[in-house]
Amino acid sequence: MNVDESRSVVAGLVEQIAPDVDLTSIDPERDMRREVDLDSLDFQTLVEQVAEATGVEIPETDYPQVRSLTGMSEYIAAHVPS
Amino acid sequence: MGDFRMPSLGADMTEGTLLEWLVHPGDVVHRGDIIAVVDTSKSAIDVEVFEEGRVVELLVQPGTTVPVGAPLARLDGVGVATDEGGRGPQPEATPKPKPKPKPKPEETLTPAPSPVPPAKEAARRAPAAQQHRDGSHIAASPFARRRAQELGVDLSTVVGHGGVISVADVEAAAGSGPSEAPPESVPPAQPPSAPAASDHAAAMRQAIGALMARSKREIPHYYLQTTIDMSAALDWLSGLNAERTVAERVLPAALLLKAVAVSARGMPDMNGFFVDGNFRPQDHVHVGVAVSLRGGGLIAPALHDADLASLDDLMPRMKDLVQRARSGRLRSSEMSDPTLTVTNLGEQGAELVHGVIYPPQVSLVGFGRIVERPIAVQGMLAVRPLLVATLAADHRVSDGHRGGLFLAAIDAALQSPENLQGGTS
Repeated sequence: MNVDESRSVVAGLVEQIAPDVDLTSIDPERDMRREVDLDSLDFQTLVEQVAEATGVEIPETDYPQVRSLTGMSEYIAAHVPS
Repeated sequence: MGDFRMPSLGADMTEGTLLEWLVHPGDVVHRGDIIAVVDTSKSAIDVEVFEEGRVVELLVQPGTTVPVGAPLARLDGVGVATDEGGRGPQPEATPKPKPKPKPKPEETLTPAPSPVPPAKEAARRAPAAQQHRDGSHIAASPFARRRAQELGVDLSTVVGHGGVISVADVEAAAGSGPSEAPPESVPPAQPPSAPAASDHAAAMRQAIGALMARSKREIPHYYLQTTIDMSAALDWLSGLNAERTVAERVLPAALLLKAVAVSARGMPDMNGFFVDGNFRPQDHVHVGVAVSLRGGGLIAPALHDADLASLDDLMPRMKDLVQRARSGRLRSSEMSDPTLTVTNLGEQGAELVHGVIYPPQVSLVGFGRIVERPIAVQGMLAVRPLLVATLAADHRVSDGHRGGLFLAAIDAALQSPENLQGGTS
């Protein structure tokens, strides 16, 4: 899975959680919690669904790396089981 | 013989619209069965019945708006009563904009017998479904039913994708789905579905405004705040979660709810209802969880017996409650009986909130965002994650001294987070 593919997976999951947000209008480098208005439950749901969709379990200690759309997409691409 | 009446799903509700019957005359109903879907100004709610019996007659047609307390159906059976008011406070004698249809005083003012905790009923709950014309069942979410009501769509004509009819299916059937419009066309000033949706948002805002105005008018609030060092709690949670899969991880929000619930158990003057000039402390701790809705609005359904639940039980229940609050799938018992409320501003919120008490409750605990700040610890300067906890409480029931003890108890509970992990059966 390359970064483009993981980005599309993440974007699809975020759109389910926040259907009112146009993802093309947000800054992909910035914290999604603020960009898309995700609370801690929403973010945990996202991480949970990422694990289901890609097999990548993100530990809490790595959360700072995956707060942005870009950060999460790159993290998944780097950690996805081959 | 008894009537099943329009329940009071919160102190701000004066009337409700019956969206759908999930039973037919002749059906036998059990405690905890969801038998109707009712639309309030806030949400579509699955309404449970709290007695055993047989449905004799449905008195109100879907689409009809009636006042709280109006009979919706006649039930026949042993010991049949209504779930009016659920397990919560009875509707207060506030002036109603519309006259009630001959309410019997002893029925509207006498507390209902305390029903069985809903957790035990879950297994028997009827699925939210109604029948197609050919007799097969329709599965649709309450939110979809509400949209169908708004758009005048007959649900039996809607094709559901994935087994359950969704809002999108309803909107597609109504020809008003946003995807129907060609992208290159000039959007109309108002999309076809906008008026109903904005009506609903306006109604919700009006309901919140009316309830909060009543709170500020009737409740002599006092406010306290204390700063809690969250180091112990967050360190403990990190250790707990490090070994866990994502789905099993516990968020600080769940720990905070548990700390409030456990502390409220020992503070009867914070946990109960002020009704008709009297305070009625409650034995159970049903924590109202303030949930902000995407696109605006607020709803605060109850997590029942939160003080007795283990963290591993409370966390998925909190997640489920928030998701259902946002998708319009709450149950009547959750709407009618929070004994106090917690509002947690969360990771993106402000640092402090002075809450407004939900009548007829008498306290509201607020948590701001956890922030790292310098603090003196044993004579040394340290940087710690700090949380400002606030209490808004009712001076008709308690004084600042008691409120201070309540906040101190919450603080103490969070300094020994391991003690919050287990449950009590």
